[in-house]
Amino acid sequence: MSEPNPVATLNAQGLLCPMPVIKVQERIADLRPGTVLEVLATDPGALADVPAWCRVHGHEVIESVQDGREIRIRIKVN
Amino acid sequence: MLAAKVVMDQGIHVEGINFFTGFCVESHTHAIRAREGGAPKRNNALWVAEQLGIRLHVIDVIEEYKQVLLHPKHGYGQHLNPCLDCKTFMVRKALAWGFMAERGFDFIVTGEVLGQRPKSQRKAAMPMIARESGADDRLLRPLCARILPPTLPEREGWVDREALFGFHGRNRKPQIELAQRLGFSEWAQPAGGCCFLTNAHYSRKLTDLWTAQGRKDYELDDIMLLKVGRHIRPAPHFKLIVSREAGENRYLEGYRKRFPSLRPTSHLGPLCLVDGQTAPSDLALAARIVARYSQGREAAAVTVAAEDPNGECRELTVAPLAPAELPPAWHV
Repeated sequence: MSEPNPVATLNAQGLLCPMPVIKVQERIADLRPGTVLEVLATDPGALADVPAWCRVHGHEVIESVQDGREIRIRIKVN
Repeated sequence: MLAAKVVMDQGIHVEGINFFTGFCVESHTHAIRAREGGAPKRNNALWVAEQLGIRLHVIDVIEEYKQVLLHPKHGYGQHLNPCLDCKTFMVRKALAWGFMAERGFDFIVTGEVLGQRPKSQRKAAMPMIARESGADDRLLRPLCARILPPTLPEREGWVDREALFGFHGRNRKPQIELAQRLGFSEWAQPAGGCCFLTNAHYSRKLTDLWTAQGRKDYELDDIMLLKVGRHIRPAPHFKLIVSREAGENRYLEGYRKRFPSLRPTSHLGPLCLVDGQTAPSDLALAARIVARYSQGREAAAVTVAAEDPNGECRELTVAPLAPAELPPAWHV
């Protein structure tokens, strides 16, 4: 069985786009490939912008969930 | 988008940089305003990057940008847009970012067109930006390169000058034709329309902020709040920010611990922040203004809750201000 991926977290709640994207970009710069970054946000724009940023940088969005105001995006760093 | 594509088609590896100054019309504004029945707006810079298939780096320059806006060496454009200094700043930042040892980029590409914009794309301004940014001949403008002196990437043969363009003037038809030739059916907002500082109304509100605080300075929250709501200044020492719709209401909610706030309770109505020091008579006037924008505007009396940042709340029952009692000059 393979080792589970290490998980990092980023709280971007209360930030409006593009700040969640900027924070994700800064956080991922310090993470190793294979790490899963869990992002919490409240701006609905993050639901479109964070995955778009991941696509152009080759990272994989493995989950994107909105529950009321809270948004949770899980990204596998490549 | 076009400039990047033209260079990419010559086999050059291109990555995009998008600077966030705090004055971008997109993103924040779209995030604030309610989107009832509509899909979230796209981030144009990311959209362009996806169309081109390039990486995009979004850089926060909010703090550094203050010096550009507050002390522009070349002054302002029609409003508070420091276009020449802004362009120079961004090229300088791109230079510092792209030429860092680990990134190893060789030159900078921008989409400027000679004579397209009245200030930053004048014939005299183009070499000034290259010189003052420090980029010098490492700044390539593929859309008008043919009518400018050859730059380093052209002289070195990294790019074929003959395959670049010589567009000039305000007419965007050549660019639109090129976009169609390159297979683009849609493109992002051209320069100017994406910056609040080119907006007369926004610039007026920013000037009012500086006048009221007695100094030319700002924090991110200040410039964000200028994008939201009606700004009404009944007296030099206080201003009201009255939300216009549900999205703005939600946004202003986040500031209730920083500013006194007003909200009608007897009728549906907007949330209002009070910026400044108010006497009881000022607060009563503010409540009447808020009532004027509530569904009780025709009622004899409207009850308005006034809450301090520390949560202390009291109610005022007021007559809504009649339209004639609200001078146009109060609207910032």
